[in-house]
Amino acid sequence: MGLTEGTVRATQYGDSSYEFQVYGANSEPKKPETRGVRRVRRPSPIAIFALAAALAITVVGCSSSSSHGTSAGSGSGSGATITYWASDQGSSIADDYTVLNPELAKFTKQTGIKVKLEVIGWPDLLNRVLAATTTGQAPDVVNIGNTWSASLQATGALLPWSAQNFSAIGGENKFVTSALGSTGAAGKPPAAVPLYSVAYALYYNKAMFQQAGIAGPPATWADLIADGKKLTHGGQYGLAIEGGSIPENIHHAFIFGQQHGCSFFSSSGAPTFTQPGCVQGVQQFVNLMGSDKIVNPGDAEYDQNQSLSDFASGKAAMLMWQAAGANLKAHGMSSSQYGVAPVPVQSGVPGQGTSVDSMVAGINIAIFKNTHNLAAAEKFVQFMTSPAEQMILCKEYGSIPPVSAAQQDPAFATPELSVLRNVLATSAVAMPQVSGESQFETLVGTAVKNLFADAVNGPVSAQTVEQQLASAQSQMSG
Amino acid sequence: MPSPGGKAAAIRGPMAPPRSFIWTRRIVLGVLTIFALLPVYVMVSSSLKPLQDVSGTFRWIPSPITFSPYIQMWQTVPLGRYFVNSLIVCTCAALVSVLLATFAAYAVSRYRFRGRRVFTLVVLSTQMFPGILFLLPLFLIFVSIGNATGITLYGSLTGLVITYLTFSLPFSIWLLAGYFDSIPRGLDEAALVDGCGPLSALFRVVIPAAIPGIITVAIYAFMTAWSEVLFASVMTNDTTRTLAVGLRDYSTQTDVYWNQIMAASIVVSIPVVAGFLLMQRFLVAGLTAGAVK
Amino acid sequence: MARASTSAPAGPERTQARAGGISPRASARRARPGRLRRISLPYLLLLPALLFELLVHLVPMVVGVFISFKALTQLYLAQWEHAPWAGLGNYRTVADFNGPIGQALLHSFVVTCAFTAIAIGLSWLFGCAAAILAQDRFRGRGVLRAIFLTPYALPAYTSVITWAFMFQYNNGLVNQVLHNELGITSRPTFWLLGDNSFIALVTVSVWRNWPFAFLVIMAGLQSIPRELYEAAAIDGAGIWQQIRHITMPGLRPVNQVLVLVLFLWTFNDFTTPFVLFGNAAPQNADVISLHIYNASFLTWNFGEGSAMSVLLLLFLLVVSGGYLLVTSRRRDA
Repeated sequence: MGLTEGTVRATQYGDSSYEFQVYGANSEPKKPETRGVRRVRRPSPIAIFALAAALAITVVGCSSSSSHGTSAGSGSGSGATITYWASDQGSSIADDYTVLNPELAKFTKQTGIKVKLEVIGWPDLLNRVLAATTTGQAPDVVNIGNTWSASLQATGALLPWSAQNFSAIGGENKFVTSALGSTGAAGKPPAAVPLYSVAYALYYNKAMFQQAGIAGPPATWADLIADGKKLTHGGQYGLAIEGGSIPENIHHAFIFGQQHGCSFFSSSGAPTFTQPGCVQGVQQFVNLMGSDKIVNPGDAEYDQNQSLSDFASGKAAMLMWQAAGANLKAHGMSSSQYGVAPVPVQSGVPGQGTSVDSMVAGINIAIFKNTHNLAAAEKFVQFMTSPAEQMILCKEYGSIPPVSAAQQDPAFATPELSVLRNVLATSAVAMPQVSGESQFETLVGTAVKNLFADAVNGPVSAQTVEQQLASAQSQMSG
Repeated sequence: MPSPGGKAAAIRGPMAPPRSFIWTRRIVLGVLTIFALLPVYVMVSSSLKPLQDVSGTFRWIPSPITFSPYIQMWQTVPLGRYFVNSLIVCTCAALVSVLLATFAAYAVSRYRFRGRRVFTLVVLSTQMFPGILFLLPLFLIFVSIGNATGITLYGSLTGLVITYLTFSLPFSIWLLAGYFDSIPRGLDEAALVDGCGPLSALFRVVIPAAIPGIITVAIYAFMTAWSEVLFASVMTNDTTRTLAVGLRDYSTQTDVYWNQIMAASIVVSIPVVAGFLLMQRFLVAGLTAGAVK
Repeated sequence: MARASTSAPAGPERTQARAGGISPRASARRARPGRLRRISLPYLLLLPALLFELLVHLVPMVVGVFISFKALTQLYLAQWEHAPWAGLGNYRTVADFNGPIGQALLHSFVVTCAFTAIAIGLSWLFGCAAAILAQDRFRGRGVLRAIFLTPYALPAYTSVITWAFMFQYNNGLVNQVLHNELGITSRPTFWLLGDNSFIALVTVSVWRNWPFAFLVIMAGLQSIPRELYEAAAIDGAGIWQQIRHITMPGLRPVNQVLVLVLFLWTFNDFTTPFVLFGNAAPQNADVISLHIYNASFLTWNFGEGSAMSVLLLLFLLVVSGGYLLVTSRRRDA
């Protein structure tokens, strides 16, 4: 029955060993040759997989010791540990650790609560917060850009600051009103509290102004353009703009839109990007390069703070920036070399309404709703927003404290900070506090970036601007 | 019979290529060499320039030449930690991937079992999955596993190892199966007659004969894991970050440290380039065995 | 009689009752678990690989498809399981080519097709040319091969960031050469913005991928027997004729696989455009992988992003399936 010569048959025994028999021509098993037959232990597959499993466990073991998940602390009061994600405020992430670690040590000494710090760069911070929201593995306390407050509020991941929560950190009144305007949608409890406040100002190179025969900073917008033209010659330009940066673009688009009476959103929260005021505002901004030609076309590519380097190295005479002082110092430009003034407006007098010249910029601090240790987290927020800490940290980072008691400190009366404080108090407006705010930032910011790519070739028409804004608006989903 | 290339060729030999061919070869290969090497030159020369030289107009020859980027790059960014993370992840991923691919390829090559074709097709079709499709679900699954069993996969090196080893599995299984196919079954049979079980035959006979293929697959898995950006950017945190994401930190709030980026790039690339050049001969052999059927 | 579990004709088989030397009943009892183990061996060997594939590729893909049917926007991120069911709503939005999102997706798709076609064409051309020209032994061939393979060996994020450095408007090498030194262009050009961004993307992609084509074709050339060339040369065929009539047909099986692999890699390539352009790609270089990434992570609408990914996957499956059918039919014919 098929047992032809040469067929080998093997018998497997219960102990996984084999015996082989070679069949001869007459279908009868040949006598087993002592040489060819062995009882051999076959390594069972189980053993192999045990080896693989051991390998896998080793991998888990050796890496779980180096993976520090973001675990929230448990228990309340002293002896607890909370996790804090800080934003990159200093000149580098390493710099932030240097600034924050002593303060956190202070906090631990005062309260016994340990703080596990992680400083996250701006390209990653929003994604990390999103990931934390989705996975539920979140820190206890986090810094967020204040313009993100309404969007993050809509996800429901952040702790709402009810009156009770506010009382745990000293009350809502300790904060400056304008800063509180950027903490969430109107009519709902804030999703975060203000931590650092900044605004836009105009930085100008004193030596270059002197050389061009210009007495002082431009008083009106028309002056800025005229001065910019006087300063644009040879390899130098009047104004540096970070044209490839989405946050910079959206901020300026919003501010200039406001100057023409448009807020990008209606009072009911519907997007109104294509209103004439917004179109004019954006056109005004991109035509600084397109028709006024006081901006280097290469700036359309800038999105890693190259415009700041250009200002510091004298390639551009003016710069519209938020609290550039610390960064300029790192570039070797001392504060005596530049002056700071409010960004000029058409009317010449910055104020509210159509004379705003900045948005309320800044950083808020928020607690995740699913924190394991609300009491410890609130104590930490109270510490960070205490006048004493505010004075230290804001001085380090060159920002204005949003806590009224700390604002009076003479350290914030430097020329630069006085201008910023004034702008915040008088001519700054909060970005729209709607749930689609971060989509708005991305879509319109990208639209403006695309418009700068057109502006390198010449003046940008209102039609082009309207097209880009319409396209952005239609991509806003509810 | 006239030889191609005329008299000159006859002097060089009947099979020698004609002059036109030689000149074409020189020009084309020359252009391709420049094309291939230009960015490498930029990397090397920029890594030897001080910061102001890389932030200004590009100059071909660095002068002065400074090695400070190679020193500073370790402090600007925790490059050492990222290096160690990448090494751990890529080595583990490569080792486990090779092991699993060897088993699977052996099964595909030596056995005709039901579902063999389906398995091969499924495994190959995973090559066409866009990473973005399963990025978010994968991370949700890792989180769920973490919550259910306590094994931290999201944000840990383990999760990254698991992800990366799976990425290189399809190509590895395909390559190794082709390699095993080219190893004559007579070798297996001899071993089996001598009394080995199939797995013993695998380890004692097939694998030693397929060492070049296995090395190729290991290096390929290592290289794939070393270069991966998308998943590393989402699945890691401060302590587990790998080089792929870590290099982004060189552009800070004040400056883009191009010279340090280039220096770091060179240091980061050396292991994979060296490994690849060492194994490329085996890769060719493996592809010949596998692809050319 | 043979159990179809191994292809080695002399492989171990279960004994039947007639096997000598062992009592039939005992052997039957002992052999049954062994028989299961025999049949199950290939499956056991496959199991670990299959498990990981399930965990990392297949199950997430199914979950991704599931998410595409849900309206997973920022409002539901915190409890993604409870996101409302959207049915085909996401698909309708992204496939509505008159609507803004569908139009952007279509534009991105067209850009990606053009990019893939050109990049594959050039990569193949360079790889083929280099492989054929470098086939003969000449001095320095080994070094040349190492040089050619370097772009492929370098990790993507290091080489692409170098290209981004080279393509800078102000200080990049490309403008330096084209504008300052050779004077070809009257003004420096933008490579990372605007219309030329497509050229920049193609250049970087070809630079990274042509060595792979070179490698594969080099492997394929080795399988063409030398005798064919010698016979042709004796018959008086010149080099170029030899290439046309011997090399190209001989490379066909290799080329078929190569083109498919290059197509999949280039179409799905995320790293190159992401490192080159960052978050917001210029419109001319808005390839589909980056487009879907932005649609998901920048607008927080993961439902729509997943729908786009599923459509992309379906497209790739159809194209690859069709391609494999056509090529295998031609091979059989």
